[in-house]
Amino acid sequence: MSEQPLIATDVVEPVDETIRLLGICNACRYCEGYCPVFQTMTQHRTFAADTADYLANLCHNCMACYHACQYKPPHPFSVNVPSALAATRTATYEAFAWPGVFANLFKRNGLVVSTAIALGLAIVLGLTVLMNDSQVLLGTHTEPGAFYQIIPHAVMVAVAGTSFVGALLALTVSLLRFARHIGLRRRDLSRWRVWRQAISQVVTLEHLGGGHGDGCNTVDDAYSNRRRVFHHLTMWGFMLCFAATCVATVYEYFLNRLSPFPYFSLPVMLGSIGGLGLLIGCAGLFVVKLNTAREPLHIRGMGMDYAFINLLFWISLTGFALLFWRETQAMGLLLAIHLGFVLAFFVTLPYSKFVHGAYRGLALLKYAADSQGQATKGH
Amino acid sequence: MLHCQAVQTDRHDVQHIPPQQTDVLVIGGGNAALCAAISAREQGARVVMLERAPQAMRGGNTRHVRNFRVMHSTPLETLSDCYDAQEYWQDIQRVTGGKTQPELTRMMIEASPELLSWYKDLGVYFQPSLSGTLSLDRTNAFFLGGGCALANTLYRAAAELGVEIFYNCDVRALDIADGHFRSATYYAGDNPAPRQVQANSLVAACGGFQANRSWLEEIWGPAAQNFLIRGTPYNEGTVLRALLDHHISPVGDADQCHAVAIDARAPAYDGGIVSRLDCVCFSIVVNRHAQRFYDEGEDFWPKRYAIWGRLVAQQDEQIAYAIIDNKVINNFMPSVFPPITADSIDELAAKLDLSPSALNQTLARFNQAVVAGQYDPTQLDDCATHGLHPPKSHWARTIDQAPFHAYPLRPGITFTYLGVKVDASARMQMRNDQPSSNLFAAGEIMAGNILGQGYCAGTGMTIGGVFGRIAGREAACLNNL
Repeated sequence: MSEQPLIATDVVEPVDETIRLLGICNACRYCEGYCPVFQTMTQHRTFAADTADYLANLCHNCMACYHACQYKPPHPFSVNVPSALAATRTATYEAFAWPGVFANLFKRNGLVVSTAIALGLAIVLGLTVLMNDSQVLLGTHTEPGAFYQIIPHAVMVAVAGTSFVGALLALTVSLLRFARHIGLRRRDLSRWRVWRQAISQVVTLEHLGGGHGDGCNTVDDAYSNRRRVFHHLTMWGFMLCFAATCVATVYEYFLNRLSPFPYFSLPVMLGSIGGLGLLIGCAGLFVVKLNTAREPLHIRGMGMDYAFINLLFWISLTGFALLFWRETQAMGLLLAIHLGFVLAFFVTLPYSKFVHGAYRGLALLKYAADSQGQATKGH
Repeated sequence: MLHCQAVQTDRHDVQHIPPQQTDVLVIGGGNAALCAAISAREQGARVVMLERAPQAMRGGNTRHVRNFRVMHSTPLETLSDCYDAQEYWQDIQRVTGGKTQPELTRMMIEASPELLSWYKDLGVYFQPSLSGTLSLDRTNAFFLGGGCALANTLYRAAAELGVEIFYNCDVRALDIADGHFRSATYYAGDNPAPRQVQANSLVAACGGFQANRSWLEEIWGPAAQNFLIRGTPYNEGTVLRALLDHHISPVGDADQCHAVAIDARAPAYDGGIVSRLDCVCFSIVVNRHAQRFYDEGEDFWPKRYAIWGRLVAQQDEQIAYAIIDNKVINNFMPSVFPPITADSIDELAAKLDLSPSALNQTLARFNQAVVAGQYDPTQLDDCATHGLHPPKSHWARTIDQAPFHAYPLRPGITFTYLGVKVDASARMQMRNDQPSSNLFAAGEIMAGNILGQGYCAGTGMTIGGVFGRIAGREAACLNNL
């Protein structure tokens, strides 16, 4: 009579611990009303690694199931679902990282991202200083194309283009492999209702609502929408900044309008609103994370979280600095500093917290496909 | 007169020292205690609550509950259809065989819908009935996240109202004279020095004695050592015994307990819901000697699991084994413990430490007695044995398809029935049939007034909630006189 399945040790692989917990949760089911992780669980009797990886990425880490758990430590079952699923999530980012040699970048991600920032700043600043005559670098440039006086257009496009396309390629390969791993099929993705459900759950962050809409647990067992609001500000802030970049590209290539753009132009307005969202959202998330009850967290994986919101915060802050002082002599250096942060963001993109949105998006698509498949069967 | 004191119930367990005097003293920390404390505080009384468990394990058996039974005449919240007072009453009548106090029971039934809205006002969330519990979606309101989530919300509400909550406080003695409570003596944490708290009234809401091995042994003999306790290890009945010693009238039989057959591998305490096994009606159950001892297919498992605890308790070493073959392995809710599996009966017998020849014989006799029928796990089908003693009345199919699986069973004690007698104001009654002056009870400690025997899912929480609120209100009112 082995009691093995109930013994929690510190040395097990995250996915094995997750599988152990899924067995306990599936025999209990009290948390079914909180989120799709528990509803999906009931479709299974036993759990393999692919299901564990899928459920880990479906989890939004709202932590309600921890505070509600009758088996949380110090109970001998030592059930801590949010922590185990967070550890498993990070392990999936590692397992599907491409090229595989970069998987380890997820292990000490705080160190990786901060080193990337340091190098990004050093390289961009160094090259900018080396390539420019100090009179040009510290001169005042306000005419269209002013930024390219400091960093030539071709260089900017080459560096940004290479890092962005490289990042996108690496992330795409990872995601395709993960999608196959969790059993997301091409025909699931051809149904617009699957996309509609998944996108609606992404844009509303429905599953940070705690199943009742009043939010998730942070400081303690009280529910709050704080984290959801700050995450929205961060996510939408990022989207607007990205939109600003796209619009600016269209302006430059198709409308022959060169940056810097006026304050009330579309790219600057989108970027400013987005940047403000990033400033408030990232700062808010930072404070919320610092004040979250430690027990349900996967502390070792949080370097990744802090590094990412920190990077976004500084991209936004240096962006505003550039905007405010772009007509002064400081513009050259501010531009280099801002682009140093941006470069670090692109280079680390497929190996940073950025990927969580994409992995979770795929998990939500899988959930939408499965739940609608069932609904169809039900008819 | 309000005495407000912010009480920290968050993770920074701030250690306060309980006061020496209060208006209402509530002993306990589960649903009934919380409902009593909140209600008393709503009346403006100063309320001190002493919970024996540490904060991490607070809540008594409420930790493990999932729903409560509610009367309703129209679909309500998560409840479908209607469940009227008459049907509720009949259900209680049926499970108790009439061993119930009609006045109290009817009052509890009538008060149950208001309890639902009161919970909601306090911030408790409900969810549709859980998968695998469809039969309860009409009668029982399920707490979102279960009992711990309920307790969290009630603790938060109580603290915000100013109830002074103290954990790790083990009440050992009560000072009661002629049915009048004066003070309680308790030990806080590891401190060897006893402390006292005086109060104008007492609400005892600290459960039965099922976690008290020596008390169980007084009734059950050495067999009690092999019982598993499904809930909190803190319900040792110390307060219950003190009350009975002070001439409070008892209710319920001391030798009655709610005993369920659960997985023998569950921990000795607090195994809760996941240790249940739903495979018995699809199995044959044998004892230490590989002999069957009761009709496994008498009725649906939810209607029979509560007799199997006692049946297993009567077997040698209080152990039994439910044996199935591979045909039915997917016919019941997954269990937290994997089955013990073997490719042959001999191998299975070896793994279970049973006599292989005896087990083979029992299985052969059973298989021969099975009469072919239309197998249907969703209803009382016509698959039965013929000429076998004891018979298996339904879902009897030959056990012959390897691999074979076994689940070990032990008695799992949910609660005990012995309690204190109360009236409709939750006031304890003395042995001389006089009401006590300032002693009130709620929850398991007085559940025997409603459930003299038997059990009806979710009733325990209704008793705790309804009588908890009454007890708190009445206890607080004594201060206003």
